[in-house]
Amino acid sequence: MTRFLATDDLVSWGRVLRARHAVARPHWRDELPGLIREGTEAGRKLLTVGLGRSYGDSGLNPDGAVIDMRGLDRAIAFDPETRVLRAEAGISLDALLGILVPRGFFLPVTPGTRFVTLGGAVANDVHGKNHHRAGTIGRWVRRLGLMRSDGGTLELGSDDNAGLFAATIGGLGLTGLIAWVEIEVIPIASAMMEVETIPFAGLDDFFPIADVSDGAFDYTVAWIDCLAKGDALGRGIFSRARHATSGPLAAKKQRAGPSLPLDLPAFALNGLTVRAFNAVYYRNGRRQAGRTPQPYEPFFYPLDRIGGWNRMYGKRGLYQYQSVVPPAVARDATKAMLEAISASGEGSFLAVLKTFGDAPSPGLLSFPRAGTTLALDFANRGASTLALMARLDAIVREAGGRLYPAKDGRIPAAMFRAGYPNWEDFARHVDPGFSSSFWRRVSEGEPG
Amino acid sequence: MKVIILGATSAIAEATARLYASEGAELLLVARQPERLATIAADLKLHGAARAETAVRDLADSDGITEAFAGFIATLGGVDHVLLAYGVLGDQKAAEHDPGEEQASLRINFTSAAAWTLVAAEMLEGQGHGTLVVLGSVAGDRGRRGNFVYGAAKAGLAALVEGIAHRFAGKGLRAVIVKPGPVITPMTDGFANRKGLMWATPGTVAAIVRRAADRGGPIVYAPWFWRWLMLVIRLLPPAVFNRLDI
Repeated sequence: MTRFLATDDLVSWGRVLRARHAVARPHWRDELPGLIREGTEAGRKLLTVGLGRSYGDSGLNPDGAVIDMRGLDRAIAFDPETRVLRAEAGISLDALLGILVPRGFFLPVTPGTRFVTLGGAVANDVHGKNHHRAGTIGRWVRRLGLMRSDGGTLELGSDDNAGLFAATIGGLGLTGLIAWVEIEVIPIASAMMEVETIPFAGLDDFFPIADVSDGAFDYTVAWIDCLAKGDALGRGIFSRARHATSGPLAAKKQRAGPSLPLDLPAFALNGLTVRAFNAVYYRNGRRQAGRTPQPYEPFFYPLDRIGGWNRMYGKRGLYQYQSVVPPAVARDATKAMLEAISASGEGSFLAVLKTFGDAPSPGLLSFPRAGTTLALDFANRGASTLALMARLDAIVREAGGRLYPAKDGRIPAAMFRAGYPNWEDFARHVDPGFSSSFWRRVSEGEPG
Repeated sequence: MKVIILGATSAIAEATARLYASEGAELLLVARQPERLATIAADLKLHGAARAETAVRDLADSDGITEAFAGFIATLGGVDHVLLAYGVLGDQKAAEHDPGEEQASLRINFTSAAAWTLVAAEMLEGQGHGTLVVLGSVAGDRGRRGNFVYGAAKAGLAALVEGIAHRFAGKGLRAVIVKPGPVITPMTDGFANRKGLMWATPGTVAAIVRRAADRGGPIVYAPWFWRWLMLVIRLLPPAVFNRLDI
């Protein structure tokens, strides 16, 4: 009897791409070899998925079969002396924080949502607001367990010379099934953050603030109003923070906020509402400028308070567009992108700007590199949205930058290959029994 | 708080054990597979359990269970809550035609479960305090063609636990049968579309199980609306019921 069952439930976070998938839902590590064998013998390419926060098609595999890792969500061991934690790949960062914070530890790197799995975080080599200090999460991975379609079970660390470890970090789940991960965590004295907010009037003010802040603060990020035009282009709110040196360790549990039970109608997000939101957000940020203590959850995970916030974008879903451009051209390329967005009127609800540090990312396909990253989301309005993203592609490519596969659902193969010159080296480590919609799109055939 | 969990590798049991762990409870986990038990025990300790002991046993085997249960209590140095959470859905069609299948199903879901429940009740009454929580099912409320062998076992278990609750009344002890509707667990993995209001997560049911150990009546539905839905289904006259494909 097959354990891969057809379901329509698997939808990427952007909700643009929908397809029926054959999905198996294991709960135990001892089930994994049998599932890999079953899928492989049936001639299906496999892909593991977690909490489904990848926006595009890197977490989809409709022509193959999918192993849903959410049932493997257990912590295995933690040694407070060495600060090394080992857990099954399907555990969420939320659950890890529940284990770590009361003991006085924190994730070394966290993305903007805690509802991702540890395995997914490693497979996308995620970064956070502390990239300029800590680099990507891959730098903190000590070992991991990888199961291959040939039946092999490998334990890999950074001492792996064959390159499979480097391919697996940020490898989008294509090098095999990540069964467990061992990461080093960091000590904290308090669950509170010391947060400072600084409004800035335009893009030219962002870079000096970022320079000064990156030297003195562990965490930095800026929100920008990408509908502002002219002199106000790139105005925004810079936020910088560090873990507080005193205060309680047991964070007050963030109450689950409201949840969007259904898709909002298409007219809910339009130029007017997005413009109004951005203007209000900017004014609020100005009013609240200054230093405030804040629990870690609202600081790191503001969107986690609204369950299913992606449904705000209606039935047609949304695209994320996250780029990084090198330091030398960061200002000009970012300005060009903001001008293109402002001119198009395709408002991005949440635009986030951050400078990456120069710590090398360990993965062959890792996204972060030294430079400035801009993350945007666009409601899917069809052709006009795709046209805007094509204009942004041209700017990023000209600048020698690249896009983040975790957020992508439409990058042209040529653009991917230009941004990731290691991709052919990476391809040699891809497990022949694994694949994804994303990988087939960017690796097969001639780049169009 | 000292808790014995029979059938600790079931998804609802594991989710409930995590709630106990976050309270700093001492746990004894009983199930068949040693590696899976060890996996859960390590996780529960990291989630805050003061202790997570394991005992490997096929619970369907009810030989020598009085001594075995006394051993569980001795391992923990006492017991406050007992949760019985094991069971198999079984193959209804096979059970209709094959007496071996039918007997295996009843032995796991009723005969052995009843034996453990009675032993636990006896020991809790002997020590004068404690709570016994047993997982039943809405399938026990009215026999339906799709799963009536499983349902019959759960109906029997419900009557047994109700009787124990009656026996416990006024003595400061509690016995509760929790009746979940369909839950998204490995047991129901073969069902095609496990979404919508009818389907609960193990976490939702676990929160109800944990609360039922502290307060409320002897029959608890999980989630609550199944009480009223099953009332309606029980009251349907056969002429109507027989036409329903449920």
